Amino acid sequence: MGIFDRSIKYPDYWQEYADLFKQSVPKEFNELTFVVLDTETTGFDKTDDRILSIGALKLKGQSIQVDGVFDVYIAQNTFKKDSVPIHGILNNSQQDCISEEEAIQKFLKYAANHIIVAHHAGFDIGMINSALKRMGLPKLKNTYLDTGVLYKKTLIKSYLVQPKDHYSLDDLAEKFSISKKDRHTALGDAYITALAFLKILVKIKEKKELSLKNLK
Amino acid sequence: MKNLISERVADFLKNYPPFNIMEGKLLENLSQQVTIIYKEKGSLVFSLDEEAHPHFYVVHKGAIELNNPITKSITDYCDEGDIFGLRPLIARENYKLEARAYEESILYAIPIAAFRPISESNQRVSNFLTESFASNTRNPYNQTRKLEKSGISASLNAQGNLVIDDFQPIRYTKKLITCGPRTTIQKAAEKMTKNRIGSILVCDNELPLGIVTDKDLRNKVVTGNFPISASVKNIMSSPVITYPEKMTIAQAQMAMMKNDISHLILTKDGTPNGELVGILSKNDIMVSLGDNPAVIVKAIKRAKKIKQVKELRKSIMMLLNGYLEQNLPMALTSKIISEMNDTCIKQVIKISLDRMKSPPPVDFAWLALGSQGRGEQLLHTDQDNALVFEDVPEEQLPKTTKYFLDLSKRVTKGLNKIGYEYCPADMMASNPKWCLSLKEWKNKISYWIINPGPNEVLMSSIFFDYSLSFGNRDLVDQMSDHIFSSVEKYPIFLVHIANGALQSPSPSGFFRSFLVEQDGQHKDFFDLKNRALRPLVDAARVLILSHSVKAISNTWERYEKLAELEPNNKELYLACSYATKALIKFRTRQGLLHRDSGRYIELESLTKEEKMKLKRTFKAIKEIQDLISIRFKVSNILG
Repeated sequence: MGIFDRSIKYPDYWQEYADLFKQSVPKEFNELTFVVLDTETTGFDKTDDRILSIGALKLKGQSIQVDGVFDVYIAQNTFKKDSVPIHGILNNSQQDCISEEEAIQKFLKYAANHIIVAHHAGFDIGMINSALKRMGLPKLKNTYLDTGVLYKKTLIKSYLVQPKDHYSLDDLAEKFSISKKDRHTALGDAYITALAFLKILVKIKEKKELSLKNLK
Repeated sequence: MKNLISERVADFLKNYPPFNIMEGKLLENLSQQVTIIYKEKGSLVFSLDEEAHPHFYVVHKGAIELNNPITKSITDYCDEGDIFGLRPLIARENYKLEARAYEESILYAIPIAAFRPISESNQRVSNFLTESFASNTRNPYNQTRKLEKSGISASLNAQGNLVIDDFQPIRYTKKLITCGPRTTIQKAAEKMTKNRIGSILVCDNELPLGIVTDKDLRNKVVTGNFPISASVKNIMSSPVITYPEKMTIAQAQMAMMKNDISHLILTKDGTPNGELVGILSKNDIMVSLGDNPAVIVKAIKRAKKIKQVKELRKSIMMLLNGYLEQNLPMALTSKIISEMNDTCIKQVIKISLDRMKSPPPVDFAWLALGSQGRGEQLLHTDQDNALVFEDVPEEQLPKTTKYFLDLSKRVTKGLNKIGYEYCPADMMASNPKWCLSLKEWKNKISYWIINPGPNEVLMSSIFFDYSLSFGNRDLVDQMSDHIFSSVEKYPIFLVHIANGALQSPSPSGFFRSFLVEQDGQHKDFFDLKNRALRPLVDAARVLILSHSVKAISNTWERYEKLAELEPNNKELYLACSYATKALIKFRTRQGLLHRDSGRYIELESLTKEEKMKLKRTFKAIKEIQDLISIRFKVSNILG
């Protein structure tokens, strides 16, 4: 019993999610499914702030299924005014909002055992993990890639060009001439991230063979 | 479910056919089923003989090249908004072409299963797709196939010249000569003779009953079957075949062939009970068809007055319009129109000569310069011309010069009358600097070649495209020989003229956008002449000069000759030849549309297809400029 009992009973949806990781992932890079993710939040504090919306899309073999995207808005109990100007998401606005728990549950089903890609992935994954923690669940089990880190890999190493520590999604959109329409909506940012990711992969491929190992 | 991405897809698609004619809700639904595909540069979308995909494609960003890897021919480039890969929608078979990302591209894959019901229920959508599918298999570099496709070659071979029969409305006889059914044959024949016509309409109460033609008189009266005192009722052909007044020549010919008759009665509504409007005979058709180049040329040659030539010029313009509308090959159109323009100029010179008080003291040659000289001038632009006359003893020179200047003044005035603007730089034979004896010309040319300043390069670039309009060819050949021998002695001239060829501003900027004029009257217009045509023309000139090829002044013919001379650069030269033709056609179309020289183009008035066509020619321009800059080591004189 208690803390010595290794088989803590988690809800079924978590168990189903966790079981997926027992399967092996495809060996061919082109067969891999990536879940490109972006979250809009009330702020940058992992404990105090909350997720406002989660947008994600699936990328497989360089294509995106338009009807296979993920877009949920979360009802807020604590509403922070400050973040509205950026995201334009108003508390209880027209969007159909669902509870945090329902949103996370849906996301787990969507993300499954795929590889998560996000810009500054640590933050988005962290926000989702905080939500999971509030629900009494462990952290996400997915492998994840950060387009911010991947982008730096594509830059020429030279004493003349000093790379920045930090490249924003705006920087990437500009470098790769991706339209910034729909910036600051979760799904819009996820789409921009997905295109940036695809373009980064092409650059990396020029140097070495694409494999998950080479990207991590 | 509708989402942000599907909305963006719909936002994009709604700007392009056939999606622009789809109902909003349908498009919204369709957009949700789209797959967005990223293609890196050079990657395959589908390969030749690959099994059909369940999608067809719309280019969202980038460009896709359709080609046939077996014949190594490029069929088409698809740019933003273009659709391709339609074969599975039209036919159940494997792809006949290969589609490859020409640039990094984003494609929208439209599921055929979802799209088919839409195209089946909407005629306009399905028409567009069928046409688009058909045109996607065209090859812009393959002129012969295009010819076959439009069915032009047949009508070319049959008549030896181009007959644009279909689009012209018929011209019929409006003055109707009629008689009653009881009129005697003799009276009817007298009436026909009096009116000099070959047929008479037999009417009863304004309604056409029948027709009597020369043939009826010959077959039924002269043979003795009927006396001339019998009534026409006995010999008329009846009932008459009536047609509506608005028909094309082709339709009229068909109708005559179908009914084996030589006269059509035209009524307002096309029925025998309608109001009579006229009669159309085979002869009328012949006259209408007489609007062909040979007939016009004959008429020009008969003209005794400048004014008559001017009138005939209008027919040439009509003809040109028709040719362009029918999308006849540019080389052919241009050749015919240039020849007719040439005939006009010749006639103006002839008329002017007739009006001089005395015949010319010595032989002379009238030269067309610039675009007229190159045979690329379809619309009236400025007149650039020069005159060369045989050498005369020193003391005779002033008098001879005066004679030819007087003649030139008459000619340029006449040309102005028929529609050629005066050259703003006064580069005309009426200018004493451009009306010289052979010896004077040789000196002038030598000076240009030995001292190639910017002005000299410009002068020679205009002058070296001359062609003979009128007069003694021998004088022109002597000039050409002089140019080649001088260039051989001073090869540095070629470097300067090559440099001049590279001075034209580039047609497109970064990201393949058009560069428009920054200021002045034509602000925000694209200068087609300077930015696109001139680089090609200049490059052809310097290359052909370096090969000492005489008597080819036309730019695309020069490129064709170059392709022959340098097989290793054949592809580029042929591309340049094609680009030149495409650009001239474009300029002519624009000019006809706006009634100007077609030089400046308002980009916003172009369709997407037209813009794409223009852009495609830029690639050839860039490559030929690179070739020249390397071959003539232009950087040596720039440093």
